[in-house]
Amino acid sequence: MRLELDNVVQAYRKREVLQGISFRIEQGEIGCLLGPSGCGKTTVLRCIAGFEPVIAGQVITENTVISGPGFTVPPELRGIGMVFQDFSLLPHLNVLENVEFGLHFLPSAQRRERALETLASMGLSNTVDVYPHELSGGQQQRVALARALAPNPKLLLLDEPFSSLDSELRHRLSIEVRELLKERGTTTLMVTHDQQEAFSIADRIGVMLDGQLMQWDSAYQLYHEPANRFVADFIGRGVIVSGVVEDGGIRIGLGLLEGGSDKLTPGTVVDVLLRPDDIVHDDDSKLTARVCHKEFRGADILYTLCLDCGDHLYALVPSHHNHRVGEHIGVRLEADHVVTFPKYGDQKNPT
Amino acid sequence: MPVTPRTHWLRRTLPGPWFLVALAIALPAILAIGVVAGASFSPDTEVWPHLLEFVLPRVLSNTFWLVLGVAIITTILGTGLAWLTAVCEFPGRGIFAWALLLPLAIPGYVLGFVAIGLLEYAGPVQGFLREWLGPGGWLPPIRSRAGIIVVLSLTLYPYVYLVARSAFLTQGKRVLEVAQSVGFNSVQGFFKVALPMARPWIAGGVMLVVMETLADFGTVAVFNYDTLTTAIYHAWFGLFSVKAALQLASFLVLGVFIVVALEQWLRTRARYHPGKSPPGDRIRLGVRNRWLGFACCGLVLLLAFILPFTQLLIWAWRDVVGGGLDLRFWGFAWRSVSLSLTAAGTITVAALLLNYAMRLDPHPLSHLAGRIATLGYAMPGTVLAIGIFVPLAFVNNQLQAMLDFLFAANAPQLALQTGLATMLLAYLVRFLAVAHQPVAANMLRITPAIDESVRVLGVSGWAALRRVHFPMLRTGLLTAFALAFVDLMKEMPITLMTRPFGWETLAVRVFEMTSEGQWQQAALPACAIVLVGLLPVVILTRRSEHEA
Repeated sequence: MRLELDNVVQAYRKREVLQGISFRIEQGEIGCLLGPSGCGKTTVLRCIAGFEPVIAGQVITENTVISGPGFTVPPELRGIGMVFQDFSLLPHLNVLENVEFGLHFLPSAQRRERALETLASMGLSNTVDVYPHELSGGQQQRVALARALAPNPKLLLLDEPFSSLDSELRHRLSIEVRELLKERGTTTLMVTHDQQEAFSIADRIGVMLDGQLMQWDSAYQLYHEPANRFVADFIGRGVIVSGVVEDGGIRIGLGLLEGGSDKLTPGTVVDVLLRPDDIVHDDDSKLTARVCHKEFRGADILYTLCLDCGDHLYALVPSHHNHRVGEHIGVRLEADHVVTFPKYGDQKNPT
Repeated sequence: MPVTPRTHWLRRTLPGPWFLVALAIALPAILAIGVVAGASFSPDTEVWPHLLEFVLPRVLSNTFWLVLGVAIITTILGTGLAWLTAVCEFPGRGIFAWALLLPLAIPGYVLGFVAIGLLEYAGPVQGFLREWLGPGGWLPPIRSRAGIIVVLSLTLYPYVYLVARSAFLTQGKRVLEVAQSVGFNSVQGFFKVALPMARPWIAGGVMLVVMETLADFGTVAVFNYDTLTTAIYHAWFGLFSVKAALQLASFLVLGVFIVVALEQWLRTRARYHPGKSPPGDRIRLGVRNRWLGFACCGLVLLLAFILPFTQLLIWAWRDVVGGGLDLRFWGFAWRSVSLSLTAAGTITVAALLLNYAMRLDPHPLSHLAGRIATLGYAMPGTVLAIGIFVPLAFVNNQLQAMLDFLFAANAPQLALQTGLATMLLAYLVRFLAVAHQPVAANMLRITPAIDESVRVLGVSGWAALRRVHFPMLRTGLLTAFALAFVDLMKEMPITLMTRPFGWETLAVRVFEMTSEGQWQQAALPACAIVLVGLLPVVILTRRSEHEA
């Protein structure tokens, strides 16, 4: 099922919580809303589920409007599946009964069959008669997902589904869930504040801030071509340094960055986003910078480099290039995507 | 089926229809408290001088010393025993931990008459002493201020014990380790850290004890120790003066209000949640202290439960052998059980409705109604009997006047205030809080997210109530019913003052027999009350084990 939001506005006590949200998820795609807490991402989810009315704009599934100003199809009639942050398993029912709970439209024999089938497909066959409080966090999460998926919803909503799990389990489950959803072809929208989670699950990611959708794009585009300073700042690491537009490139303290100057007037001062992978370590390079901090990360080391002009840079270097703090190392610029923003004050902000 | 999402602006300022439900349930409490509190603003010139000269000085000082004495002893007993069973390890600790709650099952008026029967001058203990040591009074008189303070303390200390124990359990040994890490030994650690941290809880428990002491009627009646509650009763039945009773009740309510305010204030201070440290590792006491701990717990249990219960069983057995299990006894028992079942059912339904009213209309006014409705647990039964009787009598007289006007000589005679209505309404006010609390605790488990997840799965309305709410509330409703039932079985003053003519329950029978000094005849009904009273002890034990 295709999901479309068209300029959705939501307000609480005259304060606009959502200021015109628009995006589209195609059949079978997994979308994700990413943003700091309080940015309104959960409100978007609740508007789609039908728990919150919209003040303006529309929520459309396939070609049917399910929410509009003064018009809300009740949640129980939408046929949308949802997994809540705390899983909300019913404590007085065992696992099988929890999954059967949402299958009340089926006759009882089929109900049982479908529930067992769904549980089996998620590796939960041996926990059918166990009560929720006896399950581990990861198992509870899977049961919640099984309960939401068993009625075969055309659209699935996940509200911070992994936030109560520890980080290793979170990573493993997110990959498992993606495979499962892709296999079933379930259109999904998830909400999270964890970008690794978003990257590992979603086809398309929307970055939200203060009730606005900043950018709706693939992870690759968000990282390498952020639409604005906030997205650049929020997604991945990087620093913003100032540069001057020249013909064929932008000159920064370290040298000339090729490309990115096509639409800019030569001579303009701009801010340039430098990702750790835009700086390449090269022992032969004449250009050097001092190591002022290093963070060992296993396969690679993230160096924070200090330039003579006072700017900081990040460089991601394979881990066998082990340099000491204070040492000067050779670097080279190698940026495939030169991202510039109009000059904003005179700040040097490593993120 | 589209619904209109925007709520009208008035909804935010005015409460909805569910508020009216909450108000209806709170109405008897509002009336009772209002009528009695109102009496303190309009002293009656007829009865006032009499009360002021002959009754109040003695009754007030008696009440004061009783409350003070019971508060001090229960604090020491409750806190000390809780510390021993929660943090220390000694022989029998596991059994004492729950057995020390058993005295909850023995109402004060039962322990009172057993103590008197055993220890009075003509009783078996003094008789035994005289036989061995020669003539004379070998024990201080049991019917004294000290005697009743000890008896009430032995029945009420579990209130302090229960809260102090759960405070010490949640603190765990970690707190003591912190104290030890800065150089205190375990005794200093108790006074410097553990006790101050548990103080808000302990003080809350003591406030409950004070409320129970102020409300107590049966025990002081057995001891012929005149307090405000017995003065109200005597004004009611001796002087036949509703006005005098009302005036005395207003005094009692004033005291209760002060205690309630203190308790509420303490409750806000007890809001912080200490982390849970793993149970199991307790302080291992030295050989001498180990047996000292055993002796302390054992002595309290012996005096508060084992001895009196054994004596009760002996008397009851003699009575049974003498043909005490006759039709009359079964009559009292049936009256008690049927009355308590009816009232407990009504109270549980009221508690359920009140909880839904507060959930579905979370308007400040609904919550205020809920607070007032559950304030009755602090109101002594004698006060509530009058507080309900007076307004009902007023309504009755208005109706009667109307009927007389309409039918003249043929008008039927009404007597609303002497019927079951007064008794049931007073019960409702007194015990609603008891039933409200477990239902409210279960209601909290049905989070908004649960309601929403159920709706998303396509279940709403009655189906959601039937399939989700009811099963999730079931244990709470059962607990509420059981606790209310037991309290109703023990209840004495409301029943005495408002029962329809000729109604005798087990508690009334105990009162009548003990006021004539017929201990043995009182034992059988008392035994029945104690056995029923064991039920909430079992519930509490299971709950505190669940906590630990």
